[in-house]
Amino acid sequence: MPGQEEQPKKKFSFKFPEFSFKDFRLKTQVGKSVFRHGYADDDRDRALTVLTNVFFHLHPVKVRKSGARFGFTWCAGGLSFFVFLTLVVSGILLMFYYRPTVEYAYNDIVAMREHVPFGIMRELHRWGAHAMIITVWLHMFRVFMTGSYKPPREFNWVIGVILLVLTMLLSFTGYLLPWDQLAIWAITVGSNMARATPFLGHEGPGASLLKLGDIQLIHSGSDVRFALLGGNFVGAATLLRFYILHCVAIPTVVVLLMAVHFWRIRKDGGISAPL
Amino acid sequence: MIEAFKHGVNAFCNPTSIFSAAVALFALMMAFPAFFVSTPAALVLAFLTLGFFGVGLTDEHFRTIVTTPDNVPIVGMLFIFGYFTWFALRKAVENDKRIAAGQPTLEKAEAEEKVMVFPYLIYIEFVAALFYSIILVLWSIFLKAPLEDTANPSISPNPSKAPWYFLGLQEMLVYYDPWIAGVLLPTFIILGLCAIPYIDNDPKTSGFYSFKERRRGIILFLFGFWILWVLLIIIGTFLRGPNWNFFGPFETWDVHKLVPLMNVNLSDYVFVKTLGMGLPKAWYLREMPGFILLTLYFWLPVTLLRRTVFKKYYESLGATRYVIYMILFLTMFSLPIKMYLRWAFNLKYIVAIPEFFFNI
Repeated sequence: MPGQEEQPKKKFSFKFPEFSFKDFRLKTQVGKSVFRHGYADDDRDRALTVLTNVFFHLHPVKVRKSGARFGFTWCAGGLSFFVFLTLVVSGILLMFYYRPTVEYAYNDIVAMREHVPFGIMRELHRWGAHAMIITVWLHMFRVFMTGSYKPPREFNWVIGVILLVLTMLLSFTGYLLPWDQLAIWAITVGSNMARATPFLGHEGPGASLLKLGDIQLIHSGSDVRFALLGGNFVGAATLLRFYILHCVAIPTVVVLLMAVHFWRIRKDGGISAPL
Repeated sequence: MIEAFKHGVNAFCNPTSIFSAAVALFALMMAFPAFFVSTPAALVLAFLTLGFFGVGLTDEHFRTIVTTPDNVPIVGMLFIFGYFTWFALRKAVENDKRIAAGQPTLEKAEAEEKVMVFPYLIYIEFVAALFYSIILVLWSIFLKAPLEDTANPSISPNPSKAPWYFLGLQEMLVYYDPWIAGVLLPTFIILGLCAIPYIDNDPKTSGFYSFKERRRGIILFLFGFWILWVLLIIIGTFLRGPNWNFFGPFETWDVHKLVPLMNVNLSDYVFVKTLGMGLPKAWYLREMPGFILLTLYFWLPVTLLRRTVFKKYYESLGATRYVIYMILFLTMFSLPIKMYLRWAFNLKYIVAIPEFFFNI
């Protein structure tokens, strides 16, 4: 009817409770305890972002523009570290399901494949291991091509070479764990080299010279290959040895050396640049 | 047409021809880097590589080898390293031009300027990590990790191969005994890599891509990496079949392939074939020619080059660094030399003392 004011229809309305991440960060006690810097879009706050975060603070606050370029570093070193972290995560998950004994090892791997629909944890770990070999090689390649190993960075290059060797040993020890034909024969071929170690392998040059009277000091039951395999051939003891080397011993050394490696980058003057 | 191509490739391929062709190509690249880093040359190389690969994939045998799950990373690695070698040399050539023209290098132009790590560097790292994660997940979804039959120590597969990154070393076993190929040379590789910054220690060429001023170092490194490491991995992985016999890329791995073995020791060459007498009984007399040859190999170049070609180099390095450099250099080149000696003369051992497993 004309003249009559239309009653505003009462609309059903539902409002999500307002949540502002900014307010959470700046005003609540929880937010303030987690993040130790403000929310401003300025260099001071960006600096604090790096300085107050344990992961970011591996970096300095500022870097040379040339050194921040993807075209200069190829991100290969940082990526190697990231790949390592993904391998730690997927490796720990695999450890929940894997028992390093001859009775169970292969069946556990089969079970993981058969019982987990769309499971890709083993794939993530295996392909990640290959990827880490490639990224580490690539990192070394880049450092060489830019001459970044030169003083004052010589020692860090040496640490890097050791990390390179350990990366391959990590991959090598992990290769045995599925306990299939591929695994034991690859490790058999690889570890057969050890029996030819000069003086320390029973088929190595000079080993027959090491004897006390008639007693051979180096024989197939006492040489480096035996120490590595825990037996005369790749067997149950080898599986346990490689498992512990792969999951505990080598990663520990790698983490320690990575700490030194990253720390030395900073101490040696950051990402290299022309003098 | 394709069949003819495959037959041609198979006929061409043997360790000698592949190695020689790779060395020749490498020499050309190092002699004319500016040509090889140009975009047209790169396109031609990329087209040829991808073309060969594409044609190869139509072949059943080639496809089987290349798509074996554990071999896929090698194929990826080849393309990645091919690209980045080209990329690094391209930047190096560009910087060489700039240095020759008296301009600052690409890196020098930006080295004084600083950027905030957050967000500029963190974002680059984040994107790289994200990109890698996506690739890894896709790779894991589409390619299952290999799992063969349960381990059986009484059935050894033929060929038995080490993991792919050690196949360069396994390939060396053809030419050297295990104590050299599996122990001595790997040790030298590690020590040699560690020694690099203590021999090549001029900080003036640090921190930017360059080629001209660092030609010696870069050529040695690339030769070691591409020819003596990656090429041997390729041969060991893709071209070595049952009984470690050599097979062309399109050749079926025939377990019964017969390859005549008629390798002869140096002592046989000297005493039996040349002097026409029997081998001396005592090993130190029998192996005297080998020992003399080895001594000459490790001694003559060191002293001769010091006074001639490497004179300036010797003076800048000093005696200790020079001797270490030469030992590493000669050890590195002992591998291709032994390979060619094997191919040309069927030479088995230079020094052969089976009495205590000392064969070189």
